[in-house]
Amino acid sequence: MKIMVAIKRVIDYAVKIRVKPDKSGVETSNVKMSMNPFCEIALEEALRIKESGRASEVVAVSVGPAQCVDTLRTGLAMGADRAIHVDYPGSLYPLSIAKILKALVEAEKPGLLLLGKQAIDDDCNQTGQMVAGLLKWPQGTFASKVVLDEEKQVATVDREVDGGLETLCLDLPAVITTDLRLNQPRYATLPNIMKAKSKVIKKGHPTGFER
Amino acid sequence: MEKWRLTYRLLKHSSNFDRRLTSGHRYLFGRTFIPFKENFRTLECPSRSYVNGASVSFAIVNGNSYAVQHRYLASVASTTQRNPDFSKITSDDISYFKKILGERGVVQDEEKLADANTDWMRKHKGSSKLMLQPRITEEVSQILKYCNSRCLAVVPQGGNTGLVGGSVPVFDEVIINVGSMNNILSFDKVSGILVCEAGCILENLISFLDNQGFIMPLDLGAKGSCQIGGNVSTNAGGLRLIRYGSLHGSVLGLEAVLANGTVLDMLGTLRKDNTGYDLKHLFIGSEGSLGIVTKVSILTPPMLSSVNLAFLACEDYASCQKLLLEAKRKLGEILSAFEFLDANALNVVLKHLDGLRDPLPSSVHNFYVLIETTGSMESHDKEKLEAFLLQSMNSGIITDGVLAQDINQTSSFWRIREGIPEALMKAGAVYKYDLSVPPEKMYELVEEMRARLGSAANVVAYGHLGDGNLHLNISAPQYTDGLSSKIEPFVYEWTSKHRGSISAEHGLGLMKADKIHYSKSPETVLLMAAIKKLLDPNRILNPYKVLPPSILSQS
Repeated sequence: MKIMVAIKRVIDYAVKIRVKPDKSGVETSNVKMSMNPFCEIALEEALRIKESGRASEVVAVSVGPAQCVDTLRTGLAMGADRAIHVDYPGSLYPLSIAKILKALVEAEKPGLLLLGKQAIDDDCNQTGQMVAGLLKWPQGTFASKVVLDEEKQVATVDREVDGGLETLCLDLPAVITTDLRLNQPRYATLPNIMKAKSKVIKKGHPTGFER
Repeated sequence: MEKWRLTYRLLKHSSNFDRRLTSGHRYLFGRTFIPFKENFRTLECPSRSYVNGASVSFAIVNGNSYAVQHRYLASVASTTQRNPDFSKITSDDISYFKKILGERGVVQDEEKLADANTDWMRKHKGSSKLMLQPRITEEVSQILKYCNSRCLAVVPQGGNTGLVGGSVPVFDEVIINVGSMNNILSFDKVSGILVCEAGCILENLISFLDNQGFIMPLDLGAKGSCQIGGNVSTNAGGLRLIRYGSLHGSVLGLEAVLANGTVLDMLGTLRKDNTGYDLKHLFIGSEGSLGIVTKVSILTPPMLSSVNLAFLACEDYASCQKLLLEAKRKLGEILSAFEFLDANALNVVLKHLDGLRDPLPSSVHNFYVLIETTGSMESHDKEKLEAFLLQSMNSGIITDGVLAQDINQTSSFWRIREGIPEALMKAGAVYKYDLSVPPEKMYELVEEMRARLGSAANVVAYGHLGDGNLHLNISAPQYTDGLSSKIEPFVYEWTSKHRGSISAEHGLGLMKADKIHYSKSPETVLLMAAIKKLLDPNRILNPYKVLPPSILSQS
């Protein structure tokens, strides 16, 4: 089974955000950018599933400007096998991202699509839900525990909801978005960073994925 | 005469046990049972008991009970007695201080005094009954003038984070705490020159400069509490010395008050000023024994955007050294920190501090090195660093490593290194040594110490490998004389034999006041004593510390 993980490049969580002098947005030039923490958790979960033998390949995808390649390299350094970079210089809203992800899923045919529950720059918390709707796949959002059953092709997901924990059983293929307490992401070790240099990052264009 | 008095005191104390409980004096070998109320800054202490002859209280921190040692340890060789020339405080003195400082500035509250009387290591405790908190230089000048005329000994105090007992009274010296003088006076955005008062906490200065796009040229684990006046007075080193140099280079000027109240205005903000003898250097590192620093003017470097941190593992100490050499050559101008810690240090940290995990859990390594680079272009720095790391891995100098991918990971790695002193405090008693030794020989001392002590203690080594500075810490469940005698004077003699310094950055304070001869020649020490006599003839500033009392009483 292939797992696809969608990751986003955002302003680093620990940076002090400054508003631009012309009030048109936040200062993003010369500011440290890194992988969205929830996306890191999603990638870590995908890697753990692969290491337990239930998946054969982990593909990391990202939509954004050219520098997204750095974030994808980090993902490859953590252990992803391949990466796809959809090059788009501007900013996109969750619905457009969801449409692009739908096209990628239809091309790659993964058994599981993992995303972070939300990005820390816009806090939308919409992409996972929208792509599940577009694909007509079951969704388990705010996952704090994921258990896969290969024979029955189901995923048991513990969700963190306002009232406590809710356990869902989803048929695969499914969309799962990850929450904070799911796991603690691994560090990128040097040997893996070096190996990542030779891994492939495929390029894609958003126009090719139009509806 | 002195020797007879000393022996008499020893005999008096050894035979009469009960009197110790009530007299409240400090003793020669540290067996102090002073029944006063302790006031810990962050801990609650619900109970006290006597365990194995040492006074121990149990503090509850985060639900875990820790036995907190307060065995006050005086150096084995110290035979400090209160100088009878110093006067004792009278109510007239107190009313005079109240007149100058107001009610706010005169502290006689026992709880606050207990805090100010005890050093961070909880090894040294004075018995001062008075703490003064001036708010402007003029008040400091008036206080000192008065104390000089009355021959009242004083202890300048800042954040009280010193590790050699230099910031707390030995007996009943008046504590002059400059913590209330914490204004930032000016900052020049073009040149990066910051002028501030001595009581500014380092971390606050760092945050202030952060907003301006600059950084402080020094960074140390104590930054949350230490004050810039103290940093300057002790010539603090820290993690970034390898890149930005010592305070002797970064401090452009300072204002100090001498023992007789004279205010020396050397607060220049000029990068270059070759007019006469550069006196500020006397005060930088003099540990408050020549004057009280009240204002500092410091050159701050611009903040660079690209910071990378690598946590690496090495097989043996020789590889660590090779790595240092390679790093200096291959990383060159972007290298901003090079720290090392051994396996024992990492274990202590992981055991005693919360929220930290081993960055390299896959196998056990003997040595760990933290390399930080700071530069202006992310892509250039990352490329350089990755090329350097790849080459080091291929040549076998490093066996494994991780590269921090975001600021969170960077802080976790730094916490591991900066948290070692705190973790050691939680582990029990610590014998702490800070030595400058030739880098090739550094670990030899650690291994020899391990052989000497065997299983009696855990010898932990870490330090600023880039500057040749070893922090040798010996952790044991409690302080014992047997252990002390095995460690000292061996450690000082070893350092002296290899022409090292017995105090690389911590200073001499009280702990090493009579040890200066291990690292400095007699002629230099005599000249230091002459300068001390010139600037502080009544010897009221921070007495019993820095220079050997015997030399001072001779001159």
